[in-house]
Amino acid sequence: MDELLTWFTDMENTKPCALVLFFVTFALIVLYVYTGKKRKERFESYRNIPFEEDDDAASSAGKEQ
Amino acid sequence: MADAAGRAPEQYNYDIVRRFAIMSLVWGVLGMLTGVYLAAELAWPVLNFDIPEITFGRLRPVHTTLVIFGFGGSALFATSYYVVQRTCQARLVSDGLAAFTFWGWQVAIGIAAISYMFGYTQAREYAEMVWPIDLLIAVTWVAYLLVYVGTIRRRTQPHIYVANWFFIAFILATAILHIFNNMEVPVSMFSLKSYSLHAGVQDAMTQWWYGHNAVGFFLTAAFLGMMYYFVPKQAGRPIYSYRLSIIHFWALVFLYMWVGAHHLHWTALPDWTSTLAATFSILLLLPSWGGMINGVMTLSGAWDRLRTDPIMRFLIVALSFYGMSTFEGPMMSLKSVNALSHYTDWTIGHVHSGALGWVAMISFGSLYHLIPRLFNTAIYSKRLIYLHFWLATIGIVIYITAMWVAGIGQGLMLRSFDEYGNLVYTFIETVNFLHLPYMVRTFGGALFVSGVLVMAYNVYMTVRKARQEEAALEAKIAAKMART
Repeated sequence: MDELLTWFTDMENTKPCALVLFFVTFALIVLYVYTGKKRKERFESYRNIPFEEDDDAASSAGKEQ
Repeated sequence: MADAAGRAPEQYNYDIVRRFAIMSLVWGVLGMLTGVYLAAELAWPVLNFDIPEITFGRLRPVHTTLVIFGFGGSALFATSYYVVQRTCQARLVSDGLAAFTFWGWQVAIGIAAISYMFGYTQAREYAEMVWPIDLLIAVTWVAYLLVYVGTIRRRTQPHIYVANWFFIAFILATAILHIFNNMEVPVSMFSLKSYSLHAGVQDAMTQWWYGHNAVGFFLTAAFLGMMYYFVPKQAGRPIYSYRLSIIHFWALVFLYMWVGAHHLHWTALPDWTSTLAATFSILLLLPSWGGMINGVMTLSGAWDRLRTDPIMRFLIVALSFYGMSTFEGPMMSLKSVNALSHYTDWTIGHVHSGALGWVAMISFGSLYHLIPRLFNTAIYSKRLIYLHFWLATIGIVIYITAMWVAGIGQGLMLRSFDEYGNLVYTFIETVNFLHLPYMVRTFGGALFVSGVLVMAYNVYMTVRKARQEEAALEAKIAAKMART
């Protein structure tokens, strides 16, 4: 275990490990976001959040001078 | 609980949003006027008047601090507090803490600007504030994080809308950047002078890790949060692709932290660090353009809005400048291009295409959307918004073009050698060459500032109109009550 930790503290080993870790994580996020029909529908439904509970009537264009 | 006038409290805390929105404009006017004066000083050095407090070296951080942190920062506080409440459908977790962030931020900006004029600086670009101001900002920022996260925790909406992700990334990253870049050892408890904890090239590396991530997380991620809320709202249609916004967020967050070293090409920095930064800068083009396309395509099928809605014009032109400057930036990060562009005015032009074209334009659009809603009225004059739009757009184009000419010309002159290897031009010849583009830049900047003054007038009249409408309504209600 000590040997593994020592190996990891060497910057020449840490850098490629970090790169692999970050890249794989990002690839998994892309895969997760763009697969699954239900997931797609769920994600795209979130687009409407800014329009829920809309009370913008006061500043509609009709009131502009 | 009702207020003194017997009115029911607002569902959301808009008071804090109003305060930050107004202060954003105040700092914007002051900071941009300072910028135009600085531009004039460069064209006509006599304007320094041999008064130390207004010389270029002291006023320059006043300009950058007022526009980035005063104008941009206050606009971000205003819009983030508005967006988090609206999208979480919850009131801010603490009105008191939110008010503290307002005063903490405004006092820090004000003191910083005055201190620079009197020569107090820690000489770190975009982080010139002396250590007591750094501490005030750190405390204010922690309060901001508590308010933001606390509000998200009490949300009634199950999903956290993507704009909030960008705002949280901005708050967290800025905290980390601020703390690590401002690790200073004060000379004494009662001295404003301090020394950096880092030394040599590590110090430069830390500074530009901070400097570029201030661009990445303060001036980009946070304003993207603004974009993801205000573009759909103003367009009246949801964002083009929510899934693309998720990828945009994660790609940006993964990539930005690595690129700061491109500010230090051809220096004592190790070559591999320089190459790594350039590589990640090129990679950044993908999420940046993905985000831009996501924003612009939101208008797909409703392009006619651009003909009739000046606010939409601000937002879409902002996205266009975002696309342009995020193409120019990676290109300038290439070592060969950087050899020409660095230490020239091309960099200044690039910064302003991002700062004026993207940051200021998206802020203007968002504030024009926000102000009438905050004051429960309509904007005083739509024509003045059109006027502002054209003044701003023409001003930016003139500014950037002048700086391209200045920078590329300057770079070419500094690198010209004759057949014997001697420099073709003396330094003073390059300075002479810059005079004309500097005058043109001052004119472009003046146009942009006049647009901001038009906006300030429009907002002032809108607020005044709102007060008059409110007073008339109250009088009407009082008269009706008296009759019954």
